[in-house]
Amino acid sequence: MSLFINRKVVVIGDRDGIPGPAIDECLKTAGAEIVFSSTECFV
Amino acid sequence: MNSVLKGSSFVLVHAPDMLIHGGTTQTTERIVNPDSEYLRKLPEHLRSFEEAVAYLPNQVYIGNKTPTDLAAAGDVWFDKPLQSASRFGSFGEIMPQDEFYLLLQTCDVFDLVMLDKDFVKETLPRFEKHPLVDAELLALVREGVDISEIEKAVNNEGAEGVYQNGKLIGCVKKAHDIDVNLNAEVIFENLISKASCALSLMHFIKTTGVEKSAIDLVLDCSEEAVGDMNQRGGGNLAKAAAESAGFVNASGADIRAFCAAPVHALIHAAALVASGTYENVVVAAGGSIAKLGMNAKDHVKKDMKALEDMVGGFAALISKNDGVSPEILSEFTGKHNVGTGSSPQAVITALVTEPLDKMGLKIADIDKYSVEMQNPDITKPAGAGDVPQANYKMIAALGVKRGELERAEINDFTAKHGMPGWAPTQGHIPSGVPYLGFARDDIMSGSIKRSMIVGKGSLFLGRMTNLFDGVSFILQANSGAGADAPDEQAGVSEHAVKRLIAESLRELARSMGAE
Amino acid sequence: MDLENQKRVKEFAEQYGPENVIVIIGAAEAEAAGLAAETVTAGDPTYAGPLTGVQLGLAVYHICEEAVKNEVDEGVYDEQISMMEMVLDVDEIVKEMETIRSQYSKY
Repeated sequence: MSLFINRKVVVIGDRDGIPGPAIDECLKTAGAEIVFSSTECFV
Repeated sequence: MNSVLKGSSFVLVHAPDMLIHGGTTQTTERIVNPDSEYLRKLPEHLRSFEEAVAYLPNQVYIGNKTPTDLAAAGDVWFDKPLQSASRFGSFGEIMPQDEFYLLLQTCDVFDLVMLDKDFVKETLPRFEKHPLVDAELLALVREGVDISEIEKAVNNEGAEGVYQNGKLIGCVKKAHDIDVNLNAEVIFENLISKASCALSLMHFIKTTGVEKSAIDLVLDCSEEAVGDMNQRGGGNLAKAAAESAGFVNASGADIRAFCAAPVHALIHAAALVASGTYENVVVAAGGSIAKLGMNAKDHVKKDMKALEDMVGGFAALISKNDGVSPEILSEFTGKHNVGTGSSPQAVITALVTEPLDKMGLKIADIDKYSVEMQNPDITKPAGAGDVPQANYKMIAALGVKRGELERAEINDFTAKHGMPGWAPTQGHIPSGVPYLGFARDDIMSGSIKRSMIVGKGSLFLGRMTNLFDGVSFILQANSGAGADAPDEQAGVSEHAVKRLIAESLRELARSMGAE
Repeated sequence: MDLENQKRVKEFAEQYGPENVIVIIGAAEAEAAGLAAETVTAGDPTYAGPLTGVQLGLAVYHICEEAVKNEVDEGVYDEQISMMEMVLDVDEIVKEMETIRSQYSKY
């Protein structure tokens, strides 16, 4: 079963890992409904 | 004609009490968990000034040790204090907190800094001996007030306390009763940025030997917003710091782009000089008190010293081509565009390989990359990884994608074309610029030919855009043609060669005619 | 995890029901990935944010985990993420995510 069916997706990216918008681009192709996307910065 | 990197300076201020009272990790904790074990334990984890001076990455920052020394010392440094270390280095210094408080007062032109008279009396003799402190500066240190006056201002009048070894020794008063942009906390933060920027400017005059009066423009690229309620980020910290440093012929302007700002500012400076608008432009920044102790919770948890106790500053002079200093290749800069996208692959392509492609160069043709040079001693224990190492791996991984490198060569590439990070986590301070001093030395000694300076910034933190930012430029050995070939760019050396041939032919013709 | 992000995660869990929310993270390090995953399942381990002591038990994955990757268009993944698989220690990250999920994830 898809991870994303009937689920709201929250994206927490990392500017030194995978940034939020890059994750969004991927998840959109999986039909995910993204309700919030953000990128964290540890430095 | 390209402009050149004429010199630079790097300063640190040891700021353990500022870490406790001004770092946002701590100010937040005091609001959320005022009785936390962390806040109770933190004072035991502060470094003494001597410990901060004996810390190898700090010695690299001020130029007494090199990135090569750092790489040779393994990958953990906090447990290996240097046996002998000086607070003064070839690029600048590490200033103790108490002396810095006096400097802070000399940078305060609105009578907002009050210091305890006993503290001033105690600290002044050492401040007087500082090689860069002259009579003019000394005259700006006030005698000090009674501690009761300071207590009253802190307890009843919204002043921000200034501490030394946990003891209240002064305060910064608010500059307005209602305007939060001029409250005591903001004024303190901005004055620290201004004073550490001014200290960088003072050192830079000493390290470069250039006349103060020769500076045309200062660009400040720190991360503070200076202004009031009608223009919150109005500026101009650059001009304020230039005034404190005595640059009477300089104007100033602030450039803000989060941690990418220093590289943006250097690209601006290089273009302003190359175009002939100005001859000498200084890019400078003071440090950020808010970021002190940002990862200290993890440091305390892991029973380490709270290593983020350094306020950083730097200054770099971009000048008209002198024929010897490394050139900034203004035509071949990299930039992350609005439409670039945020995938790491797209980012590194925009910053690194696009300018290289324009020049017909490969990734390995850059001898040293200076990326985000955060000290991994600080970030690794906090689970934030090794930031410069990750950047180097990204560059190498892109090389693999482009077929310029084998996957098995990634580690060798990062060791050869990269460096361990040594800069304090002051945001803009680690961003590409910490290598400038060494880059100039390494290029002029011939040990490397080219370096790429890369700055990146997390614009999304300001909640105005989800975009990331980044810019880069290349520093290259001077072609030697210098001021002789004012209209040539890439053809500088060709021009010089043609002129030499023409001169030889004329000489030959003259000698033949004489026979 | 950033305090504001914690607040938003909490709000979404309340609004949609924790069983209907999934968190996808992009952390660079296994330790950071673990901390983020722990925050949205067992509560903020740093005791600083709105999720302190709040056991949401949300479903949480790293973008580089097979379960997520398998659902994403291959070409887009290649363009957006694949280079970072050479940079990140994906095995360590996956191990950490699995550990946290098996301990604290309820959905």
